[in-house]
Amino acid sequence: MLKYQPVDEVFRALGDPTRRDLVERLSGGPATVSQLASPLDMSLSGVVQHLAVLESCGIVRSEKVGRTRTCRLEPVGLRLAEDWFAGQRALWERRLDRLGEILAGDLATEQSAAAAPEPPSPSRGA
Amino acid sequence: MTRRTAEHGTFTLTRTYPVPPERVFAAWSSQESKARWFGAPASTGYQLDFRVGGTEINRGGPPDGPVYTYEATYRDIVPAERIVYGYVMQADDTLISVSVTTVEFAPAPSGTTLTFTEQGVFLDGADTQAVREKGTGELLDALGTALA
Repeated sequence: MLKYQPVDEVFRALGDPTRRDLVERLSGGPATVSQLASPLDMSLSGVVQHLAVLESCGIVRSEKVGRTRTCRLEPVGLRLAEDWFAGQRALWERRLDRLGEILAGDLATEQSAAAAPEPPSPSRGA
Repeated sequence: MTRRTAEHGTFTLTRTYPVPPERVFAAWSSQESKARWFGAPASTGYQLDFRVGGTEINRGGPPDGPVYTYEATYRDIVPAERIVYGYVMQADDTLISVSVTTVEFAPAPSGTTLTFTEQGVFLDGADTQAVREKGTGELLDALGTALA
């Protein structure tokens, strides 16, 4: 099964402009840490720290081959599919409950309407 | 570049209602009765053409976010027993998911047991990609709406 990724953590990670920039650039394909760092006015270790945040919440994963670390985006669909289906399920839970309330409400209305014209009570007209 | 993913999911819900299957089925079979519980404000132009081959359309979304469109086509209708439809969800022009839904109505001692089964494929994490194009800030609103 897919692992649930807390949404808060993802939003916190994407709340930083540098990290958003890194994600944008990785959306075009994998890149090495030095490729990612070169256009940024930042030390390599600073970039590595930002990448670590993205990696810890599952947005990015990296792989070291020799002396080169290559980063790539985790497929977004893998993380979000489970949330999507959970959302659909919750939506339908609410709809089916609302349907139940309406059906029970209609039934109660009919029963009280049916109860109203009951045979006159003995006291009536007496 | 769109990263291609196809994730499959399925879920089943059951409810027992205190009225006969004909009554529960009736709540699904006309636009007027279904609109009462489906959660489709009149402003979204909700439409239901309840017959085999007929379609159902609902639209919504946050004011500044993408327009989510639900479009279903009915494939099997057995009055008071079963409904099967296929549907797609889109965020603006991006396809999010394609699903098959089966609704079964069975007599129960106290009324009707309804079994709702949805089987779908979620494509390309499309919900987020469509939203991300519009900016990270709006992602929160759109996600909240999609999951509301």
